[in-house]
Amino acid sequence: MLAKLFGGTHRKNRVYDFHGGVHPPENKQQSNGTAIQPGPLPARLILPLNMHIGAPAKPLVAPGDKVLKGQMIAEPVGAVSAAIHAPTSGTVSAIGPRPIQHPSGMDAICIVIDSDGEDRWVDHQGIADYTELSPGELVDTIRQAGIAGMGGAGFPTSIKVNLGDHQRVEQLIINAVECEPYITADDRLMRERAADIVAGIHILQYLLNPRRTLIGIEDNKPEAISAIKRACKGCDIEVRVVPTKYPSGGEKQLIQLLTGKEVASGQLPAQVGVVCQNVGTAFAIQRAVCHGEPLLSRITTLTGDAVAQPGNYETLLGTPVADLLQHGGVHSQQLGRLVMGGPMMGFTLHNPAVPVVKTTNCIIAASPQELPEPPPEQPCIRCGSCAEACPANLLPQQLYWHAKNDDLDKALHHNLMDCIECGACAYVCPSHIPLVQYYRYAKGEVRQRAADQVKADKARQRFEARQARIEQEQAEKEARRQARLEANRKKKEAGAAAPTGPSAEQAAALKQASLEASKAYKAAVKAAKTAEAQGDDNAADLKAEAERLKAVADKAKAAVRDAKADAPAVAAPADDAVASLKKQVGDASSAYKAAVKAAKDAEASGADDAGDLRARAEALKATADRLKAELRDAKANAPTTPAAPQTDPVAELKKQVGDASSAYKSAVKAAKEAEAQGADNAAELRAEADRLKAVADQLKADLRDAKANAPAPAKAAPAGKAPPADSPKVPESDAPQSVAGVDPEQAAKRQKRLKALKTAYNMAHKQYKDAHAALERAERHEELSADEFNAMQQKVDKLKGKADVARDALDALVEEAKADIRAHTGKDLKTLKLEAARAESALADKQQELAQRRDSAAEETLEALEAELKALETEAHIARKALKQAVEEQGLVEE
Amino acid sequence: MTAVLIAIAALLGLAAVFGAVLGFASEKFKVEGDPIVDQIDDLLPQTQCGQCGHPGCRPYAEAIAEGEEHNRCPPGGQDTVDALTDLLGRDAMTVDDDGAEDADVTKVAYIREDECIGCTKCIQACPVDAIVGAAKLMHTVIVDECTGCDLCVEPCPVDCIDMLEVKPTLQTWGWNRPAGIGQRPDSRIEVVNL
Repeated sequence: MLAKLFGGTHRKNRVYDFHGGVHPPENKQQSNGTAIQPGPLPARLILPLNMHIGAPAKPLVAPGDKVLKGQMIAEPVGAVSAAIHAPTSGTVSAIGPRPIQHPSGMDAICIVIDSDGEDRWVDHQGIADYTELSPGELVDTIRQAGIAGMGGAGFPTSIKVNLGDHQRVEQLIINAVECEPYITADDRLMRERAADIVAGIHILQYLLNPRRTLIGIEDNKPEAISAIKRACKGCDIEVRVVPTKYPSGGEKQLIQLLTGKEVASGQLPAQVGVVCQNVGTAFAIQRAVCHGEPLLSRITTLTGDAVAQPGNYETLLGTPVADLLQHGGVHSQQLGRLVMGGPMMGFTLHNPAVPVVKTTNCIIAASPQELPEPPPEQPCIRCGSCAEACPANLLPQQLYWHAKNDDLDKALHHNLMDCIECGACAYVCPSHIPLVQYYRYAKGEVRQRAADQVKADKARQRFEARQARIEQEQAEKEARRQARLEANRKKKEAGAAAPTGPSAEQAAALKQASLEASKAYKAAVKAAKTAEAQGDDNAADLKAEAERLKAVADKAKAAVRDAKADAPAVAAPADDAVASLKKQVGDASSAYKAAVKAAKDAEASGADDAGDLRARAEALKATADRLKAELRDAKANAPTTPAAPQTDPVAELKKQVGDASSAYKSAVKAAKEAEAQGADNAAELRAEADRLKAVADQLKADLRDAKANAPAPAKAAPAGKAPPADSPKVPESDAPQSVAGVDPEQAAKRQKRLKALKTAYNMAHKQYKDAHAALERAERHEELSADEFNAMQQKVDKLKGKADVARDALDALVEEAKADIRAHTGKDLKTLKLEAARAESALADKQQELAQRRDSAAEETLEALEAELKALETEAHIARKALKQAVEEQGLVEE
Repeated sequence: MTAVLIAIAALLGLAAVFGAVLGFASEKFKVEGDPIVDQIDDLLPQTQCGQCGHPGCRPYAEAIAEGEEHNRCPPGGQDTVDALTDLLGRDAMTVDDDGAEDADVTKVAYIREDECIGCTKCIQACPVDAIVGAAKLMHTVIVDECTGCDLCVEPCPVDCIDMLEVKPTLQTWGWNRPAGIGQRPDSRIEVVNL
């Protein structure tokens, strides 16, 4: 009553209350009776890069590096991070995954230091008067010292003490409550090192400049209270004794206890003008600032029934729990459950190799009786005890239902995220429901879902960006296509405006001519085949004829190609068309001439198929004539010399021959068809064809006569320029003789040798290839012994040598043949080819000229021209023959 | 008689006024797009995998809005189907994932880089541009962007893409759900009040 009155009068010093809370057995007396003892100096220290909340530190050392005590071995990365220092001197033996202080039991990257036992310090010195430093520099000192919240969360202290100018700190609260059962680390620290703690609090005051500074201590630590009170005498630090209740040490609960302020859901204490620091953190700050010692060790309570000497040990960070247990004398037979942290909020350790870190305030090595196996979970009876116990004013049973049914939205609606996981609800639950595990699970799911959502949004963005990009690309492509189409259309229009009409017509005519020529060739081939089948003796001749026709057809095709190539050249379409037509005419007539000559030859040799040949010649002539007519038309269209009909007796005769031969041809065709169908009258038809052939022969003979009678070469050839035909005529006509001069026997021999060599080379090469492939196969499968492999390798090499020799011989022979040609003709193969081509083109020119003048020039001139043409024709023929002969003789037929 | 006329005139006047207000409101507060499609799209996992038979999540959302069955999203799993069931008020369905055992395992593509020939086929197949590389140069997957849709595996001519399970890290690890009634929750520390 008095106390109440006292509290009422000093309202300022009043301690408030928070909702809920429990009173679990304290179990502190086991460890708070003895003074803080130094921890072990283990042979190996394991320092996780993530002993704090935030980004893992970045190692500054490499395996093999020597480090001294207090040397920074990992630096903070980003704002929310903390440095790590070597707790003792030694060698960095590894940086790699080791089991760490995490309920998952997973590994994380750690720096492993093998201590050398000397515990040698790096050079360090404290700051005599920290008030000379700016708060910023002081914060940096704290950051460099790697200090993180020692109460359990491990939030980097440098962030918490660096709030910026805009944030006014009303109250600085030093958390010395230590409400969890078993833990006495802060209790012993306050009893023994109260002055250092108060010095640390002064540094915090200097940094934060709070209006009031409060220390909250539970009333179950009377010695600590008196020690602190003694140390605080004469300064503006208020010591507040709070009643023992779990979880008074929760940050929000303590703020409510001491100030009456509630930190709203999702808010930070700083937002209500409060900063909360653990008493151990204050001590660490004092060590760092006044002594220059970074955070290297912490007071860890080692307790539990399985420990022989329970108490508080000043443990180096990174000390494996196993070493600490050994140091404290743990009876391994009695050890049931090993807990890191307190029994309410800690977690079971499954691996004693886990190190003690900045947040490890307690290790409980409990006997099975002390912390027994939890009883099976029972159904919730809706007693509501949990809601009464909850210090965060939540509805634990509602959260439980929703978490159990994965109804995360409803759980969130019941402020799942405000649960501090203190375990008070689970402690009071008569059904032994592991409520906190349910909430942790639900929280994990919520976080996972949020992460998934972020990822999904990112994926959606990227997908949509990609779609947009693809659409744009397609649009651009389409635009380009349209532009191209437009350009083409314009070009076409422009082309239509220009006189491409006639040229197109010419092209069509040329195509027609080409078609006809190839048709004639095909017919000839067919005829030849039939003849062969029947064993006609003129089969060979027919074949020759077919070859010739083929040449004609090819030429016609070439002309069509040329015409096509010329067509786009809009510059002089009409002229070009005329020219190409002229060329075509020239080709056709030269073919005709060749045919005539062949016919003549045949006649001379008395072959009975001469008539046939002549008929073909006539057919060709007809083609040539038609082309000429076209040319005339074209010329008539073009502004050149007007056309005049040509009346040539020879031509007339030729026409007759043509008619006759076409009649013969159709007869032959009919006969063939009849034969093909197995008709009886096939023989008759064939006889008829023969008769027709005779008629054609007669006509051809007439034609020859007529030609012979025609005036010979004109003296006044109006084709002013001296035809280049005369000069090459002599040497070229010599050519065949000289080639023929090669010893035919020798040539034949060489041909044979060439052939043999080629075969030899081919075979050798093939063998080599096969052997090589086999070798490779063997190598791949590794099925050969080394000896076998070597033998095979040798074989392959030998074969390769053989092939090379054959190749060389072949090459040499080919070279020899070429040289021979050179020696015999005075020209090499290339020159021969060139000459043949030149003769042909001269011939074509002349033919064109003739065709051109046929309409305009006098008859005499024409005759002269024709004679010239004939001469040229002969020349071209000779050149061609010489080339062919040379090539064939030397066995250099193209492969 | 006049009373009747007045009443009619008054009603007509009211009708005209409300009609004008409604007409104005329907123009002024016109809803752009189809909000239900957006809502459905938000529930879909955005893997853009095409397993539903549509070229991406949004086309499937549109199809669902038009009446297609909402259980064709294996990456979303039963959760997505349930969420869609709630949203659309349709009959509950089970997810149509062809009984795939690892349907709920998150995977990412991994390119065995020394085997990659740089053909760019996977780059073209990736719906979220999560593969980087150029012709004749090695490609690699940006793991953070990969949705695990599988679409790059099939086009690879040298089969150098694996779908690897995403192992939990310390950041993504979460507590398991307790086994339930009748089971001993082994992670719970029983504090006995003696």
